[in-house]
Amino acid sequence: MRNMSTAVLYNDQGGAEAAVEAGQESTPTTSSSGAAFGLFSTDFKKNEDLKEMLESNKESLKLEAMKRVVGLIAKGKNSSELFPAVVKNVASKNIELKKLVYVYLVRYAEEQQDLALLSISTFQRALKDPNQFIRASALRVLSSIRVPIIVPIMMLAIKEAAADLSPYVRKTSAHAIQKLYSLDPEQKEQLIEVIEKLLKDKSTLVAGSVVMAFEEVCPDRIDLIHKNYRKLCNLLVDVEEWGQVVIISMLTRYARTQFTSPWKEGAIFDENNDKTFYESDSEEKKEQTEAKPYIMDPDHRLLLRNTKPLLQSRNTAVVMSVAQLYWHLAPKHEVNIVTKSLVRLLRSHREVQYIVLQNIATMSIQRKGMFEPYMKSFYVRSTDATHIKTLKLEILTNLANEANISTILREFQTYVKSQDKAFAAATIQAIGRCATNISEVTDTCLNGLVLLLSNRDETVVAESVVVIKKLLQTQPTQHSEIIKHMAKLFDNITVPMARASILWLMGEYCERVPKIAPDVLRKMAKTFTAEEDIVKLQTVNLAAKLYLTNSKQTKLLTQYILNLGKYDQNYDIRDRTRFIRQLIVPNEKSGALNKYARRILLAPKPAPVLESAFKDRDRFQLGTLSHSLNVKAAGYQELSDWPAVAPDQSVRNVEVIEPVKEWAPLVGKTKKSKSEDKFYSDDEDEKEEEGSESSGSEDSSSSSSSDEGLFLSLFRDCGGLFRVSLQVTTPSFGPVKTYELLHHMTGKGLSAKYHFPRQPCLYQPSMVAVQVILTNSSDHSLEEIHIGDRSPASLNIHCFNTIERLEPEASVTVSMGIDFSDSTQAANFQLCTKEDQFSVSIQPAVGELLMPSTMTEEDFSKEQGKLLGMNETSATITMATANTSSQAIGKQVLSVANVGVVSSSQNNVHRFAGRTVSSGAVVLVSLEQKESCAALLTINTEKSVMASMLLRDLKQALAQA
Amino acid sequence: MIHSLFLINHTGDIFLEKHWKSVIGRSVCDYFFEAREKAVEPENVPPVLQTPHHYLISIYRGKLFFLSVIQTEVPPLFVIEFLHRVADTIQDYFGECSEGVIKDNVVTVYELLEEMLDNGFPLATESNVLKEMIRPPTILRSVVNTLTGASNVGDTLPTGQLSNVPWRRVGVKYTNNEAYFDVIEEIDAILDKSGTTVFAEIQGVIEACVRLTGMPDLTLSFMNPRLLDDVSFHPCVRFKRWESERVLSFIPPDGNFTLMNYHVSSQNLVAIPVYVKQSISFFETGPCGRLDITIGPKQTMGKTVEGLMVTIHMPKAVLSANLTATQGTYTYDLATKVLVWDIGKLNPQKLPNLKGSLTTQAGTPKPEDNPSLNIDLKIQQLAISGLKVSRLDMYGEKYKPFKGVKYLTKAGKFQVRT
Repeated sequence: MRNMSTAVLYNDQGGAEAAVEAGQESTPTTSSSGAAFGLFSTDFKKNEDLKEMLESNKESLKLEAMKRVVGLIAKGKNSSELFPAVVKNVASKNIELKKLVYVYLVRYAEEQQDLALLSISTFQRALKDPNQFIRASALRVLSSIRVPIIVPIMMLAIKEAAADLSPYVRKTSAHAIQKLYSLDPEQKEQLIEVIEKLLKDKSTLVAGSVVMAFEEVCPDRIDLIHKNYRKLCNLLVDVEEWGQVVIISMLTRYARTQFTSPWKEGAIFDENNDKTFYESDSEEKKEQTEAKPYIMDPDHRLLLRNTKPLLQSRNTAVVMSVAQLYWHLAPKHEVNIVTKSLVRLLRSHREVQYIVLQNIATMSIQRKGMFEPYMKSFYVRSTDATHIKTLKLEILTNLANEANISTILREFQTYVKSQDKAFAAATIQAIGRCATNISEVTDTCLNGLVLLLSNRDETVVAESVVVIKKLLQTQPTQHSEIIKHMAKLFDNITVPMARASILWLMGEYCERVPKIAPDVLRKMAKTFTAEEDIVKLQTVNLAAKLYLTNSKQTKLLTQYILNLGKYDQNYDIRDRTRFIRQLIVPNEKSGALNKYARRILLAPKPAPVLESAFKDRDRFQLGTLSHSLNVKAAGYQELSDWPAVAPDQSVRNVEVIEPVKEWAPLVGKTKKSKSEDKFYSDDEDEKEEEGSESSGSEDSSSSSSSDEGLFLSLFRDCGGLFRVSLQVTTPSFGPVKTYELLHHMTGKGLSAKYHFPRQPCLYQPSMVAVQVILTNSSDHSLEEIHIGDRSPASLNIHCFNTIERLEPEASVTVSMGIDFSDSTQAANFQLCTKEDQFSVSIQPAVGELLMPSTMTEEDFSKEQGKLLGMNETSATITMATANTSSQAIGKQVLSVANVGVVSSSQNNVHRFAGRTVSSGAVVLVSLEQKESCAALLTINTEKSVMASMLLRDLKQALAQA
Repeated sequence: MIHSLFLINHTGDIFLEKHWKSVIGRSVCDYFFEAREKAVEPENVPPVLQTPHHYLISIYRGKLFFLSVIQTEVPPLFVIEFLHRVADTIQDYFGECSEGVIKDNVVTVYELLEEMLDNGFPLATESNVLKEMIRPPTILRSVVNTLTGASNVGDTLPTGQLSNVPWRRVGVKYTNNEAYFDVIEEIDAILDKSGTTVFAEIQGVIEACVRLTGMPDLTLSFMNPRLLDDVSFHPCVRFKRWESERVLSFIPPDGNFTLMNYHVSSQNLVAIPVYVKQSISFFETGPCGRLDITIGPKQTMGKTVEGLMVTIHMPKAVLSANLTATQGTYTYDLATKVLVWDIGKLNPQKLPNLKGSLTTQAGTPKPEDNPSLNIDLKIQQLAISGLKVSRLDMYGEKYKPFKGVKYLTKAGKFQVRT
């Protein structure tokens, strides 16, 4: 009774489907948790229970309830009535509970749009969370809620996330683009802008996802790819495997529109042919360009070169996508390198084999040579699945040629005996194809097939008959013996298709078997009514043909059969009978046609061509779903033909400007307005990206190192200059202190030193500029020096471009920016070479976290007035005697802290002003000289921790001589 | 890309469904059930199916179908590879991939599926990244969790997700640092009636179990790398080093992983460790047949052949087998018609023999074809190709790890035609 009520209630709420489910659920389940669910759904009150649990105060109860709700969702059961109770927990502190709520929300938001809106503000808040993981998952869920009303909110969130500092969040935004697009295609234009921006991203994490978004939203906007083409090629190896597949398939399409065909090489040898062709074209100019031997575009080569290592990937989809790329893009003689890898995939799971074999089947039709050496890898095992066997057979047939046909036929003999009869039948078909393709073995095959006619298995015999029929058609003259043999077997064959085939053969070649054919017809007349339709049709045909050639013997038989056919149940047979009768039996109405009956019925017929089912598959791009199904799938992008003339190659060019070169003129500048800063940082960002796109030639690093040298000397000169004019200029330069970053012993030859150039950082105003001098003191060149992991992971570093190569004894200076967030906590990161990774850390002195600021004495006093009390730190210090002069004081203070000197009207008071780099908080230093060596040092800033540290450092510096 | 996933057991019940975009009704699976019906054996279901509005791509593993629903063009291997990765992950987390295990851990599986795909595109498939986000269940942890209310779900971004070594997490610590490598080779062969080799090749795999503190950088080199004809690597292996020096240089993932797969050049003659003398015949006259199989050692490189087993898929007509084995035991499964002879260790002095009669169904014609024999065997401490690891070096960390290499040869798809 209780069960009944459950069902009824479910019926009210969740519709018929739920009722069915509930009914099923009342049957006992075996697994332990299943039992719990079973218990739960047989008792509807439990659902109330869940609601109570979700509304309780205990986290553990809520979690338990949510787990059960997710269990319901997993089973495909309706639990939408819990929506109000669940959505309340969206802001829970418990991360697991929150995630389960997310799962629920995404599942039911579409059905409960109004209630779903309640949760939106939580996500909007989470989008601002300092934890990148929380930001990302908030965006993930927000964009998965398919409620049209929040489209503007999503759009805003995507735009913001696309500019997030965390690449993980940016990756999530790329995914969100696709979700928003499917929810509201109207947003396309705006989304394309975001895609354009993300395409410029140089993080390997983002690349795959944004290309996926590109493919989904605007696959035709090839122009967006140009500038990013080389970067994508270069990043490819480091992109995660799924992204690789998507990028490779996109680049295949791209390359087919941008490069000229590499397959014309053959045409070059064939000069004459070429000439005439172009002469007829009468386009002189074109001829000139085309007549030149083919030179591959370096970008085309770049793509081929960078994808090749991926053939060794463990991911079968990646290997397949590289294989198809080579197939569609590489010069013919280079395609062979994919063979081994494809054959390797045949060791993988059955489903993988299936797809790979399909693709090999298509390839092997055009390029036998590619797979011939691996022929034995396609031998069939009795344990293979039927579809695998059939595909292998297909490939073996494609590979057959004069040289290997005997081996293949021997192998086929084993297959014919297979217990899997469908496969045996397919083998017979394959033998037939070999026989037609290779004329040397036609007779052997035919004899073999005739032997099979006495096989005990019906399908085998039937298939043999059909194949023999086709073969005989190609050369009927020599084979009346075989036809006779088949006529003898006719009584024992019951498969309709085979019977029909024999009858057709009899009719077609009745003049070669004049004695037997009428007899067969006689037998057929007896059994006509019991035959299948195709057999009946062929009987009518046979009767007609015999009537025309041998009417004396068969006239009555034919009449009889035509009469039977006239009253047959099947209208096709009735129609055919009527037609044949009119055609062959002369009467007054039939007129002219009758004269031609013989020519109509006994016209020589072209032999059927036996060809592969994969013959036309190559119209689809290999490796695609469409290729696998041999049907154009929804969303399939055609691969265009090669353009006759390559479009402008320069569109892919990106200016390569080393950031270093930008630096030099900057040093001399004394004014650094905020706006200018901004300008450079923007500019630099772009250049950075472009720099990374350049294929990183060896000379770029060496040239930059010499530039750096130049720059350094310039820098030193300027330093002197500045020190003289300290009074008037704001930026101040003390002597440059260099710190060790990596010792060459621990760095296996790579050593690194760094110093703070005390320049505003170009990349971001909140970063502290750091210059790193990398020296190679080993005896071999180091490659791919770059920055790897950082900790804390949220640490915001502007890395230098990867240095492709550093020769022994060479050194290079690179600049980077680090956002220390106004704390002296060390920035830890990894300095990586191609082989190694070294953990290094930069710990800034507190004074380096400042930048000088200009102010008058009045402003200084005003600012100081605001920063009293808690914000003031002071101490009486004792200075070394050498430091008592105002010049010395200035020098010492500036060596410790990057502050600016404020002109002072009092001789015994020295004032310095600065701001913290990250937050821009004012830091004021004043030093009041008391008698002899004593002085009162005061620091005013709201950053009290910095103040005490700075005080300590200054005290120490001034105390030293 | 991947729209929805349905898990279906061998009886055709959908016991889990997950949608990454809007919900697709279960009725879409009917097309699959139709194909399943037609295929008779579950292995024969075509992996790619077309329905009026969707495409279905499925894999069959552990008696379960993983059926994904696709709406637009996508490389089918992409989906297949991903589905296998899902199955691998489940196996990795819970020790096996079966209906029972998935039902018992349905919430964890659901959380995993949620993390693995975003909008149908793979997000995190690397096992150690996933394990940082969703910790695999252990008895101890579940006890602790119930007591403290802690959860199995991490709230920070896994370290691997952002680094350029996504396969390894940061801050790994062990008291015993050890690295083990198993070189496992499988012989795939087809022998014909007379015992001549129709086709033979060696496929190898190096399975590693690495438990090392910190960020070790390992280099594994071979005595004879030339043997390797075709290779595929775990993403951690630096391909350029392999290209130029033929050494494997890598920062290993933590725990168990497959370092590389290789194929031994087919130019080399493959040593076949055993020979099989067999005669299976069915008599025209009565409903019976004879079977006589003897196995002996051939090229074993002086090692012992162990775990020898012969499996025969008998023709449907064979009703029962009445045999005597001089060594080991045999079983004949009447339902599946599979004869299994478990021999064990091969003794060269006294060759194992299985002999006796087979009863076939009366009235049916004698089977056309003799069934082929599938052989299983194992040889410890031998890589049949002759591949040898010469040394393993570690850089980047200061401690001395314990290192070990083991070799094993197995029969892969080793078939004797009769």
